[in-house]
Amino acid sequence: MAADLRARLGHVELPSPILTAAGCAGTGRELAQYIDVAKIGAVVTKSIMLDPRAGRPSPRTAETAGGLLSSVGLQGPGIDAFLQRDLAWLLSRGARAVVSIAGSSPGEYAELAVRLSDAAGVTAIELNLSCPNVEGRGRDFASEPDAAAQVVESVRAAARYDIPVIAKLAPDVADIVTVARACTAAGADALSMINTVPGMVIDTTTMRPALAGGAGGLSGPAIRPIAVRSIWRTRQALPEVPIIGIGGVRTGRDALELILAGATLVGVGTVIFHDPSACARIQRELEDELTARNIDRVTDVTGLAHQPTAPALRRPIP
Amino acid sequence: MAPVQVSGPVLTVRRVDAYHALTVVAPAIATEFRPGQFVTVAVGGPESSMLLRRAFSIHDVRPDHGGTIEFVFEANGPGTQWLAGRRSRDLLDVVGPLGRPFPLPREPVSCLLIGSGHHSTALFPLADRLRERGGQIDFMLGAASADRVFGSLRARRTARSATIATDDGSLGARGPITGMLSQVIHEARTDLIYASAPLPVLREVVALAGRYDLPVQALVEQPTACGTGVCMSCVLPVLGSDGITRIARACTDGPVFRADLVRWDDVGTVPFDALGAPGWKPPRVAPAPRAPRGSAHGG
Repeated sequence: MAADLRARLGHVELPSPILTAAGCAGTGRELAQYIDVAKIGAVVTKSIMLDPRAGRPSPRTAETAGGLLSSVGLQGPGIDAFLQRDLAWLLSRGARAVVSIAGSSPGEYAELAVRLSDAAGVTAIELNLSCPNVEGRGRDFASEPDAAAQVVESVRAAARYDIPVIAKLAPDVADIVTVARACTAAGADALSMINTVPGMVIDTTTMRPALAGGAGGLSGPAIRPIAVRSIWRTRQALPEVPIIGIGGVRTGRDALELILAGATLVGVGTVIFHDPSACARIQRELEDELTARNIDRVTDVTGLAHQPTAPALRRPIP
Repeated sequence: MAPVQVSGPVLTVRRVDAYHALTVVAPAIATEFRPGQFVTVAVGGPESSMLLRRAFSIHDVRPDHGGTIEFVFEANGPGTQWLAGRRSRDLLDVVGPLGRPFPLPREPVSCLLIGSGHHSTALFPLADRLRERGGQIDFMLGAASADRVFGSLRARRTARSATIATDDGSLGARGPITGMLSQVIHEARTDLIYASAPLPVLREVVALAGRYDLPVQALVEQPTACGTGVCMSCVLPVLGSDGITRIARACTDGPVFRADLVRWDDVGTVPFDALGAPGWKPPRVAPAPRAPRGSAHGG
């Protein structure tokens, strides 16, 4: 019998633990030509801001070994157009919408949360905390536990009580567990990790940075071990907090790796650029991987890697 | 109309001067294709460390094997070199047909097709389609050298005239192709220009065409990571019908643009007046002056 893929995000039941990662699935509409967006766990949207945003100059992306360096700069339509057009479309297709939001102050995040709470059908809100905090010293919210907690707190207070709030954490911090703990204490219902890893590529032909923005965020299979470690450490410290594992998932086996490290759900990001039907394929592959290991439910293996060696799983029973 | 993702067997990879032409069996793409559209191809196999799909204009579709498509590329990087090394029956992950095709004129008019290097590949299926409709076609092909002029024979066969220019003078006239543009426009009594070339050439074509008030449909190849509209890499500033500049995606809003709407000098930048540019403020709607009751509609 095929393994049961059903998973939970807060109180919401999802048909599968496979989600899109923020910023990698457009509005969802682009992918609907290749996959049924209602059949994957949920569509996590691009980060939405209050106002429309043009983003950074181009070039915005550069290929690296097993990865992608990007600096798009949160190009997006703003919350009004998003609610009218994109959210409405996702709901009309029967997709579950996790809306990623971004702002430059806790107040902006809270305002967005209010707007999303008023709109029907938002499954959860994900906070993109890798945005400069203009009220602070311009450092990203995600790099300072207090600033991150402040955003979570103001969103938790503003959002409708039954909408789970997810804090998305960055890997380039002294200790991701400290930020995770601060966000959870401030009321985050779940954590997602990791955002991109800061990086840079210099084009040896032009002898200048490959991206117009200079540096960018590295994503793709190249960063998967960083994601696994972040998830592992957070799961160890906060075993009761649901984690959305994100970082370089390319196959069902990669998704299983993040789940074993402690993720309850898995976000598929950069690989969507490579394969527009990646989410559906990874979902199928994950089911096969579980079935091949005689695992009935995906929830049975969340964080399994933390348990002492289980000989029965290692050796075939004679 | 919707693009599809297929795993298609390679039919042939052949050398065409400085380029390679790859033909792959993909009936679902071949039947839906319209000139100007493109495909993206995953390179390096399933475990590839090259994550970005490569985008290529479709050069030809044929009905054999249920439908094949052909695209042309220069093997100048690890991805395209991998493609050049494909053998017959290797499977290729292809997505297409993608993007906005060349719009076709309703009336049979005199069309000038300008291409540069391998960018000209997209113009040949367009020429066939225009000919079916009874329009006049003139070709202009330019490149750095003779081996980089793509399709000069086919251009001579299909078009009323074919003007060729190379930077080193090894084929046709010496100099940039745009140098001959005014002359050809006069002689051919051009009504409409289709152009497919690198940005600097497109910019010049559009500027020259502007002097004659000629409409240009330009195919823009901006580097993309996905081709499906999710990566937001292949962007350029484009004017909307409402007069507002938006950062558009060449893959989904193009690759063919009405040239007068593209802000050619600002490509690669975010113009200050673009929607959502830094410092941009949403227009605050001024409270409408209250009309006295009844007066507006005559009571």
